[in-house]
Order: sequence, then C-alpha cells, then structure tokens
Amino acid sequence: MIRLSRLHKSYITGSNRLHVLKGIDLFIDSGELVSVVGSSGSGKSTLLNVIGILDSYDDGEYYLGNNLIQGLTEKRSAWYRNQMIGFVFQSFNLISFKNAMENVALPLYYQNIPRKKRNRIALEYLEKMGLLDWAEHLPSELSGGQKQRVAIARALVTNPKIILADEPTGALDTQTSYEVMSLFKEINEEGITVIIVTHEKDISERTKRIIHLTDGIIEKEYTTKLKVNYV
Amino acid sequence: MFERERWREVIHVLSKNKLRTFMTAFGILWGIFMLMIMLGASTGLSNGMKRNLGDFAVNSCFIWAQQTTMPYKGFKKGRHYNFELKDMDMLGKKIPEIEYLSPRMNRGNMPISRDKKTGGFNIFGDFPEFNNIDPMTIVKGRFLNHKDIQDRRKVVVIGERANEVLFEQDEDALGKYIKVNDVYFQVVGIFRSKHTGGWGNYQNQSVIMPLTTLQKTFNEGNTVHWFSITAKRGTSAKYIETKAISLLKAAHYVHPDDEMAVGHQNVEEEFKKFNGLFMGVNIVVWIVGLGTLFAGIIGVSNIMLVVVRERTQEFGIQRAVGATPWKIIGQLIMESVFLTVIAGYIGLFFGIGLVELVDMIISGQHIEAFYNPEVSLEIAFKALAVLVVAGTLAGIIPAKRAVSMKPIDAIRSEYK
Repeated sequence: MIRLSRLHKSYITGSNRLHVLKGIDLFIDSGELVSVVGSSGSGKSTLLNVIGILDSYDDGEYYLGNNLIQGLTEKRSAWYRNQMIGFVFQSFNLISFKNAMENVALPLYYQNIPRKKRNRIALEYLEKMGLLDWAEHLPSELSGGQKQRVAIARALVTNPKIILADEPTGALDTQTSYEVMSLFKEINEEGITVIIVTHEKDISERTKRIIHLTDGIIEKEYTTKLKVNYV
Repeated sequence: MFERERWREVIHVLSKNKLRTFMTAFGILWGIFMLMIMLGASTGLSNGMKRNLGDFAVNSCFIWAQQTTMPYKGFKKGRHYNFELKDMDMLGKKIPEIEYLSPRMNRGNMPISRDKKTGGFNIFGDFPEFNNIDPMTIVKGRFLNHKDIQDRRKVVVIGERANEVLFEQDEDALGKYIKVNDVYFQVVGIFRSKHTGGWGNYQNQSVIMPLTTLQKTFNEGNTVHWFSITAKRGTSAKYIETKAISLLKAAHYVHPDDEMAVGHQNVEEEFKKFNGLFMGVNIVVWIVGLGTLFAGIIGVSNIMLVVVRERTQEFGIQRAVGATPWKIIGQLIMESVFLTVIAGYIGLFFGIGLVELVDMIISGQHIEAFYNPEVSLEIAFKALAVLVVAGTLAGIIPAKRAVSMKPIDAIRSEYK
C-alpha cells in the first residue's frame, strides 16, 4: 500500500537547514495497523504528513498504491487526499461553524455529491460512531471524545484506503483514548490501513506494528503480541 | 456557484464580524454613491446649458460691421460703414456652402401701444430664414414669409410676453393692430422662445417685423445690422465665417487685414468650447469617482487578506479533506464579489435615488443652470460590471495567498 525508499526531507529555516528525515525505507501493506513512535523532533509527524501528501519530500521515492507521489499538482494531491486518505488530528480540526453532520459530509462535498445524499451518508457514519443524536450540534457543543469521533467519521466517510492519525489521543483522557483506539482497531478490522503517530507507549502497544523513529531514521521496528479478538 | 454550502460560508464569514463588514462595504457604497451623484450633477449642468441654448443652430455664425482701423483704397481709417441687403445676394451666390442666411436689424426698445395698453418692447427686423437659425415655437398664427418681405407688409409676430401685456387674456390677437412708434402693424403670429432664463425672457418680450418693412418705416435705408449664417452639413461654420468676412470686406472697401472692421461670433466655436468644458468635467468626475471606488476596493482586498489569515487553518483542513485550490479561491472570490456587489448596489440605489429626487424637486422650478440631472441605466450597469470585476480582483490576491502555502503549514498556523 505504502512504499518509501531512501526518503529525505529537510526544512530550511532562514540560513539553517534541518534534516528531518534521513533516508526512510518503509513498506506498509494494506490492512496493517501501525504506530509510529519516537521522541519529539524525531520526524514522526513529518513522515505522516509526507505519507498524507500534506507535505513534500526532497529525495527518494514514495509510492501510494502503484502511484509515485512526486511533483503532483495541488489539484491532483487534493484528489488523492480526498479519495485515498482520511486524516485524524490531535486537535480534531473540525470546522467551527459547521455542525457534526456537515463536518462529516465535507469530504463528500468536494466529490460534488449532492447535499441530501452526502448528509445521508454522513448520518450513517455518525450512527456508527454513536453520535446520531449529536448530528445537529456544533463542535463547540461536543466533548473531546465526541469531537474526535466526529473527526474519525469524517476521515471514514469517503471510504478511504488509509487512515492517518497524528496524535489522535493527545488531547483526550485515558479512558476516552482507549475508546478511540478500539475504534481504530475496528476500522482496521474492516481492512483499512491505519497509521497512528503517537508518543504514548500504551497507545502504540494497541497497534500491531510499532515503528520507532529516532533522529529521522527508523531505529527499530517490531510487531506486538496484540491479541486479535475474533469473537 | 449556487451551492448552499458556499453561500452559508459567505454569510457566516461576513456576519462574524459585522462592524468590519459594514465598514468595508461602506467604502464601496460611498465610492459608487459619489460617482452617481457627480455624474448626475454634471449631466444636470450640461442639460441646463443645452436647454438654455434652445434649438439654436450650432453650426452658425454672426457677422456685423464695425469701425475700420486701417486706411484702404483712398478711405481713411476710422470709417463707419454698414452692411446692406444686397450683400445678402452676393454672399448667397458666392458661398454655396451656406444653408441659411438671414439679415437682421435691432431697433432696440420702442414704445408699443394698443388701445390703452402700452409697453416697451424690442423691435427686430427679420427674414423668414431666421426661424431656421434660432427656431421659436409658434404658438398661434405664422412666422414671417417672403411675401411679407417683398411687399414690405406692416405685419408683426409678437412674443408671448408682449401678447400678455398688449391683449386681454381671452382675446385673440391675430388680425388685430398694434401701434409701434405711431405706425400701425397687424399681428400675424405669436411665438414663444425655446431658450430659458434671461435669453428666453428677452425673446418673449420682442416684436418681429419684416426687415424690409423696418428699413422703410424707420428710415434705415438699406442697412442690415448683422448677418446670421448657418453652414450646410459637412461644412464648418468657421469656413463660412472666414469666407463671408473676406467677401464683405472686399464689397465695402475694407483692408483685407483689418481685423477690427468686421465683428463676428461663431456659435460652433462656442459650442465646441462648451462641449470641451463638459468633457473635462466628465473626465474629472470619472477620475474622482473611480478613485473613490478604487479606495473602496483596496479596502475590500485588505479585509480579504485579513480574512484569509484568520481562516488559514480552516483552509488547510478543507484541503486535507480534498478541497482543490480553485474551490478555495472560488469561495474567497465569491465572498469578495458578494460584498462589493451588495455594497455597490446599495450605493447605486441611493445615488440614483438622490439624483432622481433632486430632479423631481427642481423639475417644477426654473433653474437656469441645472436641468434634468440623470444617470443613464447604461452607466449604472457599467458601474455594476466594474464592481464585479473589481470584487474579483480584490479577492484574487488574498485567495492566491491562501493556497500558496503547503496544506500542513496552513493547518498548523496559529492565527486566531
């Protein structure tokens, strides 16, 4: 699903050049549940942004499916993000003046799906998240956990191949964090690739594969003994 | 364009900061308002001047005899001479480009009486052609004809004001006799001036008789005071004027270089000056009006820049879930155009409204210099088109900026 080879990325701030990703080789198959861990500044968020085509890279190759993601127009990038990828952010990033249903329906709006149809689809996903009663509420009227579930519904609504989550539990308490993680597990069990960036050990332990990033290189990676519940 | 989502966003953004939106809109509103007021005023002034001119033939000139200032062919300088009626035939034969040629005499104010009614009126001697050069409205009867001239008939055409003074209100003046300086003349017509103000009053207080009758009755010999000449279409009045002057000089033994011996005035030249003046006024109006409008547009563009900064994160999120740059640019341009057009339309409405109101108030009154101020529908629509273009331009720079950064930088921007 995702193939990175010798991927380099640096930021230039003024006269300083900050080498963030120093040659990443990584393959993530479809249907994996992966977490990327590392200390702050290790480049884990940058890696996620490159995978999500929110950011560019300098050198190496990145294949999403069979497509080389390199030098795309912004229009094409937007299409990939819309069709292939769902994002979940630490700070939820919901649009403040749209209610839960409209926020969920937003990606469908960019697919030019008629309003009634996209709202119906959005309601289905809210129902899956157990938020049907909150469909008409604005983000400011929702709790953190509810907001994140709206964001997850928004990420899922286009039926993407990959969910990218950047510190999805960073703003949530432990109990809610675990609930969100079990949601991700459910999503993953439906066959969607899920990649989570986190610095919390107990969160990463709830994924099947942990990639440890240190100073822009993959230091180590290992599979966890995550019990898959087939009941 | 007609997506409900887009309009909701427009309304949300504009109503979030109502004072700011109002202030920005006011810049545009005021620009258009001022432009309309100034255009209306300049049209009013121009119409006022044109009405004052009546139907006066603009391709006309006047030529009269003055005192010579140069000796010529045995004549001393300082000689007085007069144009004569025979000059008229000469000019008509030698200048085929003349359309109308009318000799005129003015005997000034003379006492006129009828029964016990008396008054002082201006006496003119004219040819029928005069009514083609400075047309009057014939209220009753007729104007002079060539038979009157030929037979030196004692007939007069009287101005409306003269009619009011000399006859009873319900009395028919036609066929009646009035006494001009102890000579009786029959009234054959009543006219009304097409000019306004002082010029119109003066004409309405005039009495016109055949030029030949005036010459004979008041012992003027063969004298003509001045010639009024109009040029045929395609010929300039200036050309006619120059040619006629040199012919008249030759006929009256005046030195060809004696500029002071022949007095002349060219309505065409005056009219050109007048038109030039109003073109100048119009240019100033457009420069000032568009300048004011431009300031308003800069204001809108500025506000859009602020809006873009405030909403950078939101745009980042929208792009993360699949918004193309043009979706976002389109949204911002729509906001900008919406703001400009609504504000512009209100400005247009009040501007034209005020102009129409002024028109309504002054239409009943005789204000010489100002008449029928108006803004044409065409200009109003053009202004609206300018607004749409301006709104687009005002939105495009901020919109370009909004999508120029990488989505991740937009999402991470911290402006609140």
